[in-house]
Amino acid sequence: MIRPRLEFLSRDTVDRVIEEAYELLWNPGVRVHYDEGLKLLADAGATVDLESRVAKIPRGLVEKAVDTAPSSFYLHTVEGDPVVHYGGDDVHVDPGSAAIEIVDYNTNRWRTPVTKDCEDFVRLAEMLPQIDALATSIVCGDVPQGMIDWYRLYLLLLNGRKPIVTGTFSMESYPVMHEMLVAVSGSAQALAAKPRAVFDVCPSPPLLWSDITCKVLIDCARTGVPAELVSMPLMGATGPQTVIGSTVQHAAECLSGITIHQLAGPGSPIVWGGSPASFDMRTGTTPMGAMATMMLDCSYAQIGKSIKPGGLPTHAYLGMSDTKIVDAQTGLETASGLILGALAGVNMMSGPGMLDFESCFSLEKLAIDAEIVGMVKRLVRGVDDTEEPLALTVMREVGHAGNFLKSKHTRRNFRKEDYIPSEVIDRDFRQTWFDKGALDVNARAHRKVQELIAAWQPLSLPKDVAQELEAIATRHAKGAGLDKLPRRTIQ
Amino acid sequence: MSEELFKRMAQSVIDGDTDVAAAVAQEALNSGVDPLEAIYKGFSAGMDVVGALYATGEYFLPDLILGGEAMKAALAVLEPVLQAAGQHRKVLGKVVLGTVKGDIHEIGKALVGSMLSAGGFEVYDLGIDVESGEFVAKAREYNADIVALSALLTTTMQHQREVIEHLSEAGLRGRVKVIVGGCPVTQAWADQIGADGFAEDAAGAVVVSKKLMGT
Repeated sequence: MIRPRLEFLSRDTVDRVIEEAYELLWNPGVRVHYDEGLKLLADAGATVDLESRVAKIPRGLVEKAVDTAPSSFYLHTVEGDPVVHYGGDDVHVDPGSAAIEIVDYNTNRWRTPVTKDCEDFVRLAEMLPQIDALATSIVCGDVPQGMIDWYRLYLLLLNGRKPIVTGTFSMESYPVMHEMLVAVSGSAQALAAKPRAVFDVCPSPPLLWSDITCKVLIDCARTGVPAELVSMPLMGATGPQTVIGSTVQHAAECLSGITIHQLAGPGSPIVWGGSPASFDMRTGTTPMGAMATMMLDCSYAQIGKSIKPGGLPTHAYLGMSDTKIVDAQTGLETASGLILGALAGVNMMSGPGMLDFESCFSLEKLAIDAEIVGMVKRLVRGVDDTEEPLALTVMREVGHAGNFLKSKHTRRNFRKEDYIPSEVIDRDFRQTWFDKGALDVNARAHRKVQELIAAWQPLSLPKDVAQELEAIATRHAKGAGLDKLPRRTIQ
Repeated sequence: MSEELFKRMAQSVIDGDTDVAAAVAQEALNSGVDPLEAIYKGFSAGMDVVGALYATGEYFLPDLILGGEAMKAALAVLEPVLQAAGQHRKVLGKVVLGTVKGDIHEIGKALVGSMLSAGGFEVYDLGIDVESGEFVAKAREYNADIVALSALLTTTMQHQREVIEHLSEAGLRGRVKVIVGGCPVTQAWADQIGADGFAEDAAGAVVVSKKLMGT
């Protein structure tokens, strides 16, 4: 059996990309706006200019870091089951993260999300089997700015079983979020042994680590919490215009991150990930649905897999759309991304549910995207040729009469040979479709969203754990100027 | 004779060729062409063509930006001569532009700067992570008409409000208009903080700025 694959780059080109990435780290080097990051590099032998905050990193240092970074790791459920394998060509999906708007189905327009929206999102994402991990997708507008990052994680930990992809917005939030994760795992050691969450860390293109991002990178390394690099050159704007050129910049940024990270915590897990994009030269927007965007994602993923024997874990923002509401463009962009990324073997694709250049979330889109994910996971299972003979036995059994529906061969194989979608995907005869209300995919998805949210069963965390989470949240909310946490709809 | 030179000046901007623009500007000076005429009849005329081509979708951002760069190269040759003669070219207004404190996002602001320049404004780009007080100081120093503030993060947007407050305290609010932009910025936010203008994209920034200058 073959696992279908897609590769854009020859081995020779891969080597050229990696070579140029190493050279960039020496000339012009990378900017690091965080003293501790600069110090780690300087102490290890990099040439650091404290005035300009530029670090020129020698090749040997980078290669050593690539060597110590693990080729794979697992993320676990709340019960400690290793359900997400960041490694090889295993493909997983999580919802796109950090939406500051949510589509209100009733108005078909967007508004600021609140606590209830985040809770509905968790219920839905938990109930969609195609979605492998949760993400802190919803930025709640009913809490003060200073706590918008950790508050999302708080709601996810209270209500979700699945592994989590998250990130921070401020210098102070990592300790709060780590404290919460530790409360659920039992101890910092238990959390490190069975990671529940990864933290996205984004260098700023080109070749810059800001204080916030460098700090989280180091904090993750020291606590053994997996870090997910999210490098994002915008082709022709903040990175080279060519797909291959931005693949080089992406590699350089990731290699610089891996170096700092491994110096702080050798052997700590880290992901070769990103969210780059094409740059629309008419409007100045950054289309996630553009073909060049997706080709860049696949190309840099190939570099991550080729950087050493066994490769590194990979990630990309795919399964996104630039539309503002759910329509046909939404489907075509999302599906293209997920199909290409899956064929390229990206371990974690972040994107389902997300619209409008990574700023808006739609519960309906998440339900539709789950169907695309189902199809895509079927795709990468390939064509099963293990049965012997392939067809002779069943065809001779059925003979010229031709009724395969009666055959045991059919019953044995139909569930696995195709992906059977939910009612979100219409496969009815026309009259039946009409009798069911003549609904389009968005309306069918809305029904599904309501059904799944209603059917969700609350997570029963041990009482002391739930209380501790609430205590941590309450304490830090006070620090952010909020006396009482918003009322939860899930008790 | 001059007509041919003016044509070449315009063409250098249409082609986005900085070297040629500077060379033709110098050639014009050497030939005794009035620098103001060179700007209006030559280079600015070229910029108008670039703008028109962009509006119809035949030219794209890189064409617009390189046209602006060629214009700047020509001005670098011509403006010192103007100043020495006590003259200056007509601009639609002076804009102090920057990304607010704590924010390192550059590209949107750079686009706005390029388009305002191309649109006839004189732009002073203060860069990224700019202290609120610095916007005020530079607005005063350059006698700015507009302060344009970019913020890409919900956490740094607050500084846009801060700059407006500082401008009031400094007694400059009366004659300095403030426009705001960036991904999380909305009209509602602009209204809330008392900004004079908001636009969703760089082209919109030019429209709003022109309106504020009454042109």
